[in-house]
Amino acid sequence: MDILIFQAVLAASVLVFLVPKKFMYWTSLLFTSVLIIISSTWAVQAFATGDIISREFFFEFWDQKPVFVIDKLSAFFVLIINFTVLTGFIYARGYLAPYMKKKSDIALSIHFFSLIWLHSSMIQATMLRQGMAFLLVWELMALSSFLLVIFNGEQKTVLRTGINYLVQMHLGFGAILIAFLIVKQATGVASFDALPIYFQEHNNFWLFLIFFFGFGIKAGFIPLHTWLPRAHPAAPTHVSAIMSAVIIKVGIYGILRVLTHVQSSFLEISILILVISIISGLMGVILAIFQHDLKKLLAYHSIENIGIIGIGIGVAVLGKYFDNSSLIFLGLGGALLHVLNHSLFKSALFYSAGSVLQATGTKNIEQLGGIVKKMPATAMIFLVSALAICGLPPFNGFISEFLIYNGVFQNLTHAGYANSLASISIIVSLALIGGLAIFCFTKAFGVAFLGVSRSSFPTPIKERPLSMLLPGVLIIAVILTIGFFPAPFFQLVQSIQSEFSFVDGYAAPEITSYTLSQIGKINLIFALVVIGLLVLRWVHQRSVSVRQGPTWGCGYTAADYKHQYTSTSYADNLRQIVQPLISFKKDYKGFEEAEIFPEPKTFETHGDDKIEVKLIVKPINWLKDQLPKAGLAQTGSINHYLLYPIIFMIAIGLLTYFGII
Amino acid sequence: MIPLLLIFITALFFPGIIGKTKAIFSGRKGASILQPYRDIVKLFRKGSVYSDNSSSIFQFTIPVYIAALIAAVLVLPFGYHAGFISFEGDFVFFAYIMALARFMMIIAALDTASGFEGMGANREAFYSMLVEPAFFVLLGTLAMFTGFDSFYDIFANLHFTSYFSVLVAVIAAYLLAQICLVENSRMPVDDPKTHLELTMVHEVMILDHSGFDLALIHIGNALKFGIFGLLIANCVIHVEWGAEIVYPLYFVTQVLFAVSIATIESFRARNKMAFNSQYIINLSAISLLLIFVVLIINNNL
Repeated sequence: MDILIFQAVLAASVLVFLVPKKFMYWTSLLFTSVLIIISSTWAVQAFATGDIISREFFFEFWDQKPVFVIDKLSAFFVLIINFTVLTGFIYARGYLAPYMKKKSDIALSIHFFSLIWLHSSMIQATMLRQGMAFLLVWELMALSSFLLVIFNGEQKTVLRTGINYLVQMHLGFGAILIAFLIVKQATGVASFDALPIYFQEHNNFWLFLIFFFGFGIKAGFIPLHTWLPRAHPAAPTHVSAIMSAVIIKVGIYGILRVLTHVQSSFLEISILILVISIISGLMGVILAIFQHDLKKLLAYHSIENIGIIGIGIGVAVLGKYFDNSSLIFLGLGGALLHVLNHSLFKSALFYSAGSVLQATGTKNIEQLGGIVKKMPATAMIFLVSALAICGLPPFNGFISEFLIYNGVFQNLTHAGYANSLASISIIVSLALIGGLAIFCFTKAFGVAFLGVSRSSFPTPIKERPLSMLLPGVLIIAVILTIGFFPAPFFQLVQSIQSEFSFVDGYAAPEITSYTLSQIGKINLIFALVVIGLLVLRWVHQRSVSVRQGPTWGCGYTAADYKHQYTSTSYADNLRQIVQPLISFKKDYKGFEEAEIFPEPKTFETHGDDKIEVKLIVKPINWLKDQLPKAGLAQTGSINHYLLYPIIFMIAIGLLTYFGII
Repeated sequence: MIPLLLIFITALFFPGIIGKTKAIFSGRKGASILQPYRDIVKLFRKGSVYSDNSSSIFQFTIPVYIAALIAAVLVLPFGYHAGFISFEGDFVFFAYIMALARFMMIIAALDTASGFEGMGANREAFYSMLVEPAFFVLLGTLAMFTGFDSFYDIFANLHFTSYFSVLVAVIAAYLLAQICLVENSRMPVDDPKTHLELTMVHEVMILDHSGFDLALIHIGNALKFGIFGLLIANCVIHVEWGAEIVYPLYFVTQVLFAVSIATIESFRARNKMAFNSQYIINLSAISLLLIFVVLIINNNL
């Protein structure tokens, strides 16, 4: 019955095109809420009972009735997707308000319609097992998100970005299709459920590699990431938040789903995942540091966090190879918890960035500054999420990174040569990623929100309405809950691990729940000390004189906003170290000889992604040069075209005469 | 609670000892070793001046900074006394809560819109980012060497594992001392007595702090010395030794640590700014070498 409602709502979503503008938001919110309630009920049921919930469709697709199968892994992702889409919808109320007048009815209808379908296709992708049905919703997901990205398609760059996104998503689609066809060829069934049979009889690595390529494009692993830093800033903010928080996680879901069935080649698979994840983590955060566009900076951080999730997954697979249960459980637990954590703080970061964008009209942090005084609530949401994304206690990001660290350190205590070197390199990369993330977010928060404004804005900057703050507040409530009471959340992700076939036969380390409750305890003490000190300070300040004065300029009295550190100068000392990894361009035209009265000059620097240039742009440019050469025969004159079949016939005759074919 | 008490006691005298030693080396009589605390008490009595540019962020960063340092102290063990809270991987918590403290200092500096403070903040973020791997590799190596992964178990078992434990302990103590110098922005990375804001790291970040906040920052600095001194003492001390050796040894270690910092600061010049990153990366390189030493000792190579 519930599945009937589910599909009826999806069918009814076309109503969005019929209702007048002012009801559009509420209609689509109603539809989405129904979908959220139904799918969440399934998910909660799957967790509560431990059973696999299945719901069969009422119609056939590709000769069989598709079935929603909700095990705990699916349920986990369904819940994350539902929460993020819900906050996204709340945020969209305020964010879309200025567009309500500007945009035509049809543009808004398409937007809301795509939003409903994006949500439904994401949850369906995590629930469907049959290959063809899965690929269909996978395609729907790409198409609906494409339509959402090009919401501001009247800008040429946005449209180009959208098309870039669409093309790359289809590369991924192609890879997954090939992978399913290989499975079908070998087992007769194209479905995730056929993977155990396939993996039993064939090499696990190559099929996994193809799946990893397909899902990895969605997840945004380097070097499959190039769509991500473009599409996220181009999309409207609630869409960027949903993209960054959950669409890329559906890619992670795909990888995990395949991984649940993998039975051998653990070493190769773990090396593949670890190497790519470490590169993604480090390069993602390094590239983020050189961005001036706040949303692009956050997009690169998504790559970094996908890297951390990947490191967790890789650690778990490595643990299977080394036969080490702490690596398996803590790696996988950390990765899964980080999926949840990242969806929380990343969407909150995007919401605050979007609020700043809407209030000031720019997302270039070099022009911002001092936002915290005008929009204190937005700034606080940004700050807490930034602390969480840096993995700092007492917030949730620390818990998931701690689990991965803890797994690796536990493994180190009785590791052999290869094992300990692998562990140390994972630790070094995690530590570096953590340090760089702090570097990046002190920059982003410090330059954009603190200090004084670097430019004047046409309209006064005001705090955003409640609908744009509420999502952030909700998310921070969850962030704090995970930070202070981590043990239940770990148990939740630990129960998911029973879905992985390679985890069978290993006992979960018992000590972790105790460890996590200790962390919760020390976090609480920390919070109490903070409160105590703040009260003490408040009391103290009442008894002494407190004055305002100019910032100490070290003797220089004419200091102004131009003397502040900028995003570029903050990143400069790092630039000297990572020079080989990133290409920097300077846009500057010097003075000309005959220039007696110099024109105003501008100077700009851009940090670009060298991996993209070397691995993607150059080969494609080479192909573009080479392909026209194949057109040599295409002369355009009809006598040549008549000649070709004659040559062909003669060649065939000769070849058969001499018995070659 | 023992480690907490020990740190507070030594932190009380640490900056004074450094100051006194430096004074003696430069041929002055120097202030009493309690002078830093007279200064702090004086600051507590004073009022505050806040920059016009600073925001609400500036009002809570320093209390959070101190609270984070106190939370870091809570996981530290001493000899056979486990930390107030001890769990597997507590050193990860230690490193990250110290990073939280740093984060707060950095954003407080950026909040004042001063170019100088931005410069200090930037350097602080950069150097601490570079030093992070050294600490983690060091702790990873110790975990590998002892077979345990919490502060308490690592230090409790450090000297039971092998005859070569002294070698590992000495290198670990050296690295911890160096990390402490970077964390606390002392020589050769930064000169606390420099008079030029352009070359400062820590001092320039706190130009706009006054009164209560500045007092807390001074306490925080002393605490950081106490924390690292305790870690170094833990490397030296054998758990089975009795209290009559352990406590005097602890204080001797702390005093020696303070004196050696003062000696370094009296007799060498600070690094060129551009040379600092290389200097800090060297620490990670040394700790990476330590891994191979431990692999050889544990017969794993």
